[in-house]
Formats: sequence, C-alpha cells, structure tokens
Amino acid sequence: MAEKVNNKSVFFNPFSKNNPVIVQVLGICSVLAVTAKLEPAIVMGISVIAVLAFSNVIISLIRNTIPTNIRIIVQLVVVAGLVVIVDQLLKAYTYDVSKQLSVFIGLIITNCILMGRLEAFAMANKPWPSFLDGIGNGIGYTIILVIVGFFRELLGSGTLLGYQVVPQWCYEHGYVNNGLMILPPMALIVVACIIWVHRLCNKDLQED
Amino acid sequence: MNKQSNVYTTIYIIVLVLVVGTALAATSLALRPKQQENIDADKMRQILAAVHETPSADDVVAEFNRYIVEQTVVNTKGETIEGNAFTINMAEQVKLSPDERSLPVFVCELKSGSRKYILPAYGAGLWGPIWGYIALDSDGSTVYGAYFAHQGETPGLGAEIEKPAFTDQFNEKLHLFKDGKFLPIEVVKGGVAPANGADYVNGISGGTITSKGVGAMLDNCLTPYKSYLEKLKNSSNG
Repeated sequence: MAEKVNNKSVFFNPFSKNNPVIVQVLGICSVLAVTAKLEPAIVMGISVIAVLAFSNVIISLIRNTIPTNIRIIVQLVVVAGLVVIVDQLLKAYTYDVSKQLSVFIGLIITNCILMGRLEAFAMANKPWPSFLDGIGNGIGYTIILVIVGFFRELLGSGTLLGYQVVPQWCYEHGYVNNGLMILPPMALIVVACIIWVHRLCNKDLQED
Repeated sequence: MNKQSNVYTTIYIIVLVLVVGTALAATSLALRPKQQENIDADKMRQILAAVHETPSADDVVAEFNRYIVEQTVVNTKGETIEGNAFTINMAEQVKLSPDERSLPVFVCELKSGSRKYILPAYGAGLWGPIWGYIALDSDGSTVYGAYFAHQGETPGLGAEIEKPAFTDQFNEKLHLFKDGKFLPIEVVKGGVAPANGADYVNGISGGTITSKGVGAMLDNCLTPYKSYLEKLKNSSNG
C-alpha cells in the first residue's frame, strides 16, 4: 500500500506543484468548454470540487470491499450518481447557469481528473486524506478555470461576471472586444500561457 | 470470504446499484417541483420578451401575471376550445396536421393599455429545435415584436437568431395581412423581397439553414391562426 501520506502536501500540492490541469494535464476538455464567461467557470469548478471530494471519500470508504475486477465500474457508478445529483441541484437552484453548462455537468463523469484521482489516490488511502486530495485537486482545477475564464470574459466581452468592466470611453476611442477570445481555441492558448509562466517560476518542472 | 468470487462480485454490484438508484430517485422526486417552477418561469420570461418586457429573474412570475390578462386556446377555425394555453407542448402540436392542433394565445396588456396577442412557434434549425414567440397588435396583422431561442445552433451563425440584430427586424411594422391576403413573415437572403409580396426580414449570413428554419417555422405555426387573426382584424375594424 501507499507510503505514509502527509495531509498538508496532499491538500496543497495540487494547487501548483501537481496541478491537475497544467501539470497532470487532466480535464483540458472542460477547460475549453466552460470558460468563455467567468460565472459558469466558477460554478463548474465548485461542482467538480463537490463531486471529486465526495466520490473520493465514498470510494475510499468502500475501497477494501470492492472486487478488483469491477473496480472501474464501481467508481463510474459512484461518480455518475453524484454527478446526476449535482445536475439536479443546479437545475433546481441555479437554472440559468445549468442551462449554460448544459451537457458539461454530465460530462464531469468523463472528466479524467475524477477517474485519475479515484484510481491513483482514493483506492489506496484512508477517507480523510482522500477527501483532502479531492478538495485540493478540485481547487487546483478551479484556479485554472477561473484564471482562463477571467481573461476570456475580460478580453472577449469586456465584462466580468456579467458586469461591464471596460469603460465606455475605451470603445469610443476605437477599442474592440476580441471575438476570438470567446472561441474554444483561445482557451487552449491561454492555458498554454499559464503553463509557460508556471514552468518559468518552477524550474524543477521543466523538461529537457 | 473470497472477495474475487463471482457470487461476491454479483451481489456487490447489485447492492451498489440499488443504493445509488434509490438515492437518485429520492433526489429527483424531492427537487421536481422546484425544477418545474424554474422551467415555467423561464417560459414566462420568453413570452414577455416578445413584447419587449424583460423583468428580473425574481419578478418574472409576478410580471407575467400582471401583463398576461388572458390565456386562451383556439382551433384553426378561430373558435375558442378547452385547454390550458400555458401547458400546451408545442413540440407535439407541430407534428399534428393543422386542423387537429390546439393553438395557444397569450393576451397581454401593456402599461400603455394597448393589447398584444402573443403566439408561440416551434420548428427545426440546423442542429436541433428552435422556438419563439411572436407578438401581434390587436389588429391581428401588425407584428409588435418577436423572441427566438434555440437549443444548439452554431454560435456566431445560426445562434444569432436570438440576438437583437435579428429579432429587432420584427419591430418594424411588418404585416401578416397584405391587401386582405394572409402571408406569414418570410425570412429571405440578401434582401430580395418574396415574389408573393409578403413582408420579410433578412436571414443571417452563414446561418442559412437556421434562417430557413425560422421561415418554415413562422409559416407552419402562424398559418393555422389565420381564421383567429381574421376575426381579430374584423373586430378591431368594426
């Protein structure tokens, strides 16, 4: 089984050193899809944190009872169940956001971060560290979503969380919103820029 | 106990699925009324958008009840029939032949006191369903405003039908009755007026199939109202 885990590093490592998006490169697809505006990015982040933390705990609790040959199926059933519950909650309490996120909430099931963390961490660790790992990775994912969403909404629509940020006189002096920022490819470029800056600050992550 | 045995595996997965299934069913039942409220409020918002009223999310229901003074259902002969206009599912209605359809009408009274008649429409775009609401003046002919929405048209192309650039064209005094003839609004390419003299709006460049879908939807969904609108027109003249 795994070596003794340090709760603090389990929680904080995914923020930067072992970030799920920019270091492990998991969950890129949803980063492209939901970051055109800041609000859905935040809601998506919170949803992933919730699903990831709870599925990690549940899998960790039952890890010793799961028959090895159907463990992936068991993980999928747990994740799918939690995702549907989150989807139902969003439909009931934040209808507009759930309309915007539409299929992407369902697609949390296929988000590689979840299966990756369940298989790599929760299957081998106690519930409490697994919970921290889930929250940590969820926050690491959310940080990137929010950064990308911030730049895409600011440069693409001139707004933040729906409020006009770029003042009117900028438009009067010829400033134009960059329509390209709204399109998915720019999310990839923004993520690449984040990875670039991140590697510059963390020399030990640089590959030859 | 052998955790790798087939019996254990089978029982394990059955129990797991039962537990998860129960949890899902319970969640769904508990949240159903709240979700239905949201869906209804969203529909009310769309109906009010056709008469250029955009209440905030919290007041939609109250504003809807204030503006919409009457909801009726008519048939193709223009006679009022039994039914609840709000709960009629347009997706099912458009599949029926026009004579069998129940046609909802939402009568709206604006702050100025003038009456508008809001008619729902439902059709197909390029990727999925499109729908909308068309508001008419009390003469049953002049278009007062329109609201369109879609499920998954291409952003920047077909999806533009919900933007003001497209819907504002419906604010410019288009008429359904031209010289006594009933001609639904057409959606045309490049500003070429239709040969039959119908009033028209410009389609969206790059969104041809969605634009055509809007045209077909207007034709399919407005034509059954012809008798009802004629009655409306005659009563407003007389």
